[in-house]
Amino acid sequence: MSFGTDERLHKSLGSKLLNLIKENSVPIMFIIICAISIPLSGFSISYLINEIITRMGRNIFLILSLLIPIMAGMGLNFGMTLGAMAGQIALIFVSDWQIWGIPGIVLAMIVSIPISILLGLLCGKILNNAKGREMITSYIISFFTNGLYQLVVLYMMGPIIPIAHSSIKLPRGYGIRNTVSLLNMRQSLDNLLAVKIGTVKIPVLTFLIIGLLCLFIIWFRKTKLGQDMRAVGQDMNVARDAGIKVERTRLISIVMSTVLASFGMIIYLQNMGNIATYSSHSQIGMFCIAALLVGGASVDKATIGNVFLGVILFHTMFIVAPSAGAAITGDSMIGEYFRVFVSYGVITIALIMYETKKRKMKSREGKLLELAQREEEKAN
Amino acid sequence: MNEQITSERRMYRGAVQNAIKTFGIPRLIIAAFLLTLFIAAPLVGADFATQLTNTINRFSWNAILVLAMVPMIHSGCGLNFGLPLGIISGLLGGTLSIEFGFTGAMSFFMAIIIATPFAIIFGAAYGWLLNKIKGGEMMIATYVGFSSVSFMCIMWLLLPYKSPNMVWGLSGNGLRTTISVEGFYDKVLANFLQINLGKLSIPLGTLLFFALIAFLMWAFLHTKTGTSMTAVGSNPAFAKAAGVNVDKVRLLSVLLSTWLGAVGILVYQQGFGFIQLYMAPFYMALPAVSAILIGGASVNKASIANVVIGTFLFQGIVTMTPTVMNSMIHMDMSEVIRIIVSNGMILYALTRKMEG
Repeated sequence: MSFGTDERLHKSLGSKLLNLIKENSVPIMFIIICAISIPLSGFSISYLINEIITRMGRNIFLILSLLIPIMAGMGLNFGMTLGAMAGQIALIFVSDWQIWGIPGIVLAMIVSIPISILLGLLCGKILNNAKGREMITSYIISFFTNGLYQLVVLYMMGPIIPIAHSSIKLPRGYGIRNTVSLLNMRQSLDNLLAVKIGTVKIPVLTFLIIGLLCLFIIWFRKTKLGQDMRAVGQDMNVARDAGIKVERTRLISIVMSTVLASFGMIIYLQNMGNIATYSSHSQIGMFCIAALLVGGASVDKATIGNVFLGVILFHTMFIVAPSAGAAITGDSMIGEYFRVFVSYGVITIALIMYETKKRKMKSREGKLLELAQREEEKAN
Repeated sequence: MNEQITSERRMYRGAVQNAIKTFGIPRLIIAAFLLTLFIAAPLVGADFATQLTNTINRFSWNAILVLAMVPMIHSGCGLNFGLPLGIISGLLGGTLSIEFGFTGAMSFFMAIIIATPFAIIFGAAYGWLLNKIKGGEMMIATYVGFSSVSFMCIMWLLLPYKSPNMVWGLSGNGLRTTISVEGFYDKVLANFLQINLGKLSIPLGTLLFFALIAFLMWAFLHTKTGTSMTAVGSNPAFAKAAGVNVDKVRLLSVLLSTWLGAVGILVYQQGFGFIQLYMAPFYMALPAVSAILIGGASVNKASIANVVIGTFLFQGIVTMTPTVMNSMIHMDMSEVIRIIVSNGMILYALTRKMEG
């Protein structure tokens, strides 16, 4: 073996490593933030592991619902909030009917399906009219639908939609209270088949459901529909020429995402044990998207691995930031604001990286086209 | 004879249809809704003059924030969802002016002066960024706004403000969430040349200030730079061919929008009476965006008239619905209606095909 090849090998290894760091800069940054703030926060490791496993069970299903629209090239689905609202409405009904425990959760999921399909169709139809601006549009849709949600839950539940129990109704006689207790349903999914290792509780059933969804997504990618979605995501015009119904495919991807998000929200809320009727859903989209991006996903590419890594890193940061901030500056509010800032900052950076990459690709395509044309001219 | 009438009628119908098309159905609904509110107000016992006063007052507070949308729409940067960045410059100007001990009308003037360099720095960075990501401006603008607001939340706590009018009383550091501007620039514009006719009072000073800035904006759009800005917005390739430096013009438009946002929030504060810090600027872009859209603007077209009409309609609905609704059905649905109307309008504009 000569010295030269060895050096070349070394160089390519170095550049490979550099590339690896470049491509995963966001997760690496988060690992560093977590590594610094964990010791500063003063939490014990077993407490942290317990918290993170709880939060994994709580959030992963919701975040997985984001993957399908990304596959179809529709970017980060800020409209997943719609699914969350559908899940909440279903849970309000079920708790009014006083059906608790696992049957309640299953029933809530069944009730949420028609609502979320309806909302998903609405969202998908609008997004098909706003191609190229899906993200900002889905973001505004989530606000718009929040208005409709409030109209239904705050005014129509009671006089128009029958709600029997005064425990969830506002004292004025119509509308739902600010919090709806799910005490009889609380963690019934998590506690069934739960395994305790030391002080760490592992909600096996929840993880099994998550695992099933992961398998479903892996399988779905290989189906005809999944392939179509990827084709649409790559290039809409090419896909249309190939005979794929682009609008329909996009619509289906949004509906699927919305339905999955409503299931995810039900899993999330059964873990929390109560619904904050007017605020639970409002932040959920932002946190899920931030977590996904922290895991190394981008606007046009996200894997199941990104979801798991993202949840672990993002929520570690979320747990330790306030007390770490208090340890550094003496003010716990700074840590609170810091984690909010980081959530938004990560999304901003990911969006910027995606757009610059898209522009670079475009200009490269343009250059290639120019080159081809010039060569053609020469040949002539 | 008969044929002539039918053809005339057809023409007339065509003209009406065209008018509806250019005006837009949602706008028509909103205008009709506001009209109904104005008619219903006296019937349900709400005082018309008070209602009108409130509407005009709120118009005068918000008009410049809505005007801040115009330059960026003109240069093709889309709706300025990054308005919070401009607002932050204004907040820095206002708080620093108080910190430096200015009072009365002087504090308002100084607030604008101090806010200007911040607006220029932030606006330049923001404009530079938006030039890097042409085509995806609106989403990134939204998140630039969000992250800057949440970053400033940390800064409001850490910056060494000392004025006892502004910091938390107990710890003595960190700014309060709301700061009264009484004794500083509370109502400086509104009390200037105020007209009182019975119950109706019109803050002529604020309106004149808006008119001045709107006129300057209008005049600017008719200068050479202004027309090249419009050219960049309507057809960037053509503008480039005509020798316009597209990036530079876009940067200038973002700077202007940011500065107008800064001035706009200061005018808002002098009317409202308080400086709101921390998360308050977070969602301030949305009302301004939907106001200009209600006024007839689209994602790439806007005029001063759109600003005036839109702000009046939007603020009219915001002020009228609670009182009228409350006395009519004893239910305060105004918040929900506001959310649906304003976001519905933005959605409508986003789903229109880009013209040009």
